[in-house]
Amino acid sequence: MFPKGTKRKFSDSGEEAGSNGDQGQAASTSVAAPRTLTSSYSLQRQSLLDMSLIKLQLCHMLVEPNLCRSVLIANTVRQIQEEMTQDGTWQIMTQALAAAQCPSDRLVATEVLCRQTDPATAAQAGQSPKPFSVVGLEEGYHSEEVVMEGEVETEVTMSTLSPVSQQMPSASYLAGPFGMGPCWEEEDEDGDGEDEDDDEEDSEECVSEGEEGDRDHLRADSRTGEQVFGTFEIKHPVPPADPALEELFSDVDPSYYDLDTVLTGMQSSPKMGPYDLLESLSSHGPTTLSSSSTCRSDLNELDHIMEIIVGS
Amino acid sequence: HLLPGPGGDMQWCFSQVKGAIDDDVAEADIISTVEFNQTGELLATGDKGGRNKNQPQFRSEYNVYSTFQSHEPEFDYLKSLEIEEKINKIRWLPQKNAAHFLLSTNDKTIKLWKISERDKRPDGYNLKEDDGRYKDPNSITSLRVPVLIPMDLMVEASPRRVFANAHTYHINSISVNSDNETYLSADDLRINLWHLEITDRSFNIVDIKPANMEDLTEVITAAEFHPLQCNTFVYSSSKGTIRLCDMRNAALCDKHSKLFEEPEDPSNRSFFSEIISSISDVKFSHNGRYMMTRDYLSVKIWDLNMETRPVETYQVHEYLRSKLCSLYENDCIFDKFECCWNGDDSVVMTGSYNNFFRMFDRGQHRDVTLEASRENSKPLQVLKPRKVCAGGKRKKDEISVDSLDFNKKILHTAWHPQDNIIAVATTNNLYIFQDKVN
Repeated sequence: MFPKGTKRKFSDSGEEAGSNGDQGQAASTSVAAPRTLTSSYSLQRQSLLDMSLIKLQLCHMLVEPNLCRSVLIANTVRQIQEEMTQDGTWQIMTQALAAAQCPSDRLVATEVLCRQTDPATAAQAGQSPKPFSVVGLEEGYHSEEVVMEGEVETEVTMSTLSPVSQQMPSASYLAGPFGMGPCWEEEDEDGDGEDEDDDEEDSEECVSEGEEGDRDHLRADSRTGEQVFGTFEIKHPVPPADPALEELFSDVDPSYYDLDTVLTGMQSSPKMGPYDLLESLSSHGPTTLSSSSTCRSDLNELDHIMEIIVGS
Repeated sequence: HLLPGPGGDMQWCFSQVKGAIDDDVAEADIISTVEFNQTGELLATGDKGGRNKNQPQFRSEYNVYSTFQSHEPEFDYLKSLEIEEKINKIRWLPQKNAAHFLLSTNDKTIKLWKISERDKRPDGYNLKEDDGRYKDPNSITSLRVPVLIPMDLMVEASPRRVFANAHTYHINSISVNSDNETYLSADDLRINLWHLEITDRSFNIVDIKPANMEDLTEVITAAEFHPLQCNTFVYSSSKGTIRLCDMRNAALCDKHSKLFEEPEDPSNRSFFSEIISSISDVKFSHNGRYMMTRDYLSVKIWDLNMETRPVETYQVHEYLRSKLCSLYENDCIFDKFECCWNGDDSVVMTGSYNNFFRMFDRGQHRDVTLEASRENSKPLQVLKPRKVCAGGKRKKDEISVDSLDFNKKILHTAWHPQDNIIAVATTNNLYIFQDKVN
């Protein structure tokens, strides 16, 4: 299935349909069988998953979150996870997680809604929220897809997640997406030049770090978030561009960025990078992710607040 | 093109606008609900600040009649959360005497308000002075009958009932029964039935809360009593279904009598399908034969006798279908638009973005897009139909999708029960338009 709707979000309606339509059609006919994943579809799906997770966590802190909205987002997350399970992406991810401490088959959305039960009983049961498999997602993603450079959409970079900081199991569900912020922040500082290239390069770093033997870092329990994020400063040479993929994205309409500016209504910069997205999303709530240190120190507090909020 | 009506084409013109002119919108002034009473004589608006404004019609104009603070912000100490004072819904009760009654609700508490006029006061008490002090009995030499003398019109709003502590989740709907004795209130997971006279208890008639909240995948989004059959009500869900329930069947109406659901169009399937199918409003037609539902992209009219699909579907802003991901990102996809019928159920209306609102004439199969803006606010200025260009070459006077302002949304609209007068709420302004013929 490559639904028209999901495709168009990244470009003008007509433009990409042609190049990807065939693959999409082929995929749509066999829902049950593992799909031939187009990279772009996987990336888009991944970014949608990430976006949804952020939304679930950045609930309004003072007022009770809108239950309808939360349920709809959680259902979207479930859908994506189900699809990823069907096409095998999820399995890859869970295998990668095997070494980590978290059970892989627990659906994230379950986690969120689980907390809507009495937090007291949850605490009683000694239940600590299982960390969301952000690590696995990233690693799984990398093993599946080739990261593209060049005229790459924002969403590509958004989907590369930095690993969960292992030292905070109770906050780890939240730590995942929030871990994205600091990762991108540092990248932004390090990089210069065009946003896309930077993000592209840095996302390479994020991923290749994991691949290149720093994978151990991801699993070390004692590793703090800072230490983990710090490793991403080391730049690695960018892999040669895949001409086929480049061609795929060559006609991507950059007006998408402008559309987003209009739509979100709160972007000051003309282009929306992953950092901007996080910022824009967090501006919904009273807290702003201004720095990685603030982020990390707030995680426990955030977790506490989350417990209270979904404790209804 | 114009929307034809009885006696020629309907031309909507500007009548009034209420609210601050500047763009700096105070949070408290955001209009959260608009409702005409049964005669159209009064128009009520609720806002985020918990205030309720009533405006009577006088010579085709609505002027503020009374403003009162319906709800105050509260704090739930158990959950350490604020309870907003924002008024979610207002429903007028049918008028029985000189006073007007309305139900006003925030997320947790429903209040019955009595709005009455006082334009006379008693004068000439025997035992009391004008200022209320008691007279010295010895000074009273004669007996007189007190009389009512005119005074400046005073409108009083007094809370008569407070229906509290019956909802764990956020109330999204209230609906007065045709029996004029009971009403329902619906939150995300439950619907309660109240008697207007009794505040200390309510009957739970629908409960969709799963035993394990982990299994929660669907919530109630709106509910309404049938306008004529006092035993019938409907409620809509976030999965795009509408359930019609008959209270005579069982005390707990978890089992629906009818389930209205349109099968999904497989060619339009995406990760956003469920979200855009979520119904944000459900309204019975005045004659009780149809009901209208609003989901993110369309308005559907259902015949109560046919559960399998709607009899009519109107696209409100189909050009947004290709932008769903962005709209998901900025949360606009969760906006809850309302919809309304005109007096004779021939036209339906709903809001959109960029301060546009849409009308669909069911009989004539025509629709029009109009805009509520300060620029088009000269007295009796006729509203020019607007057009959104979905793609390709943009014609003159058309607006391209990318230029739409998604912060300017019209969520609440109301149509006068008898005349062609409509009230349209932008973020913090209330526009009143009327048909030129009027």
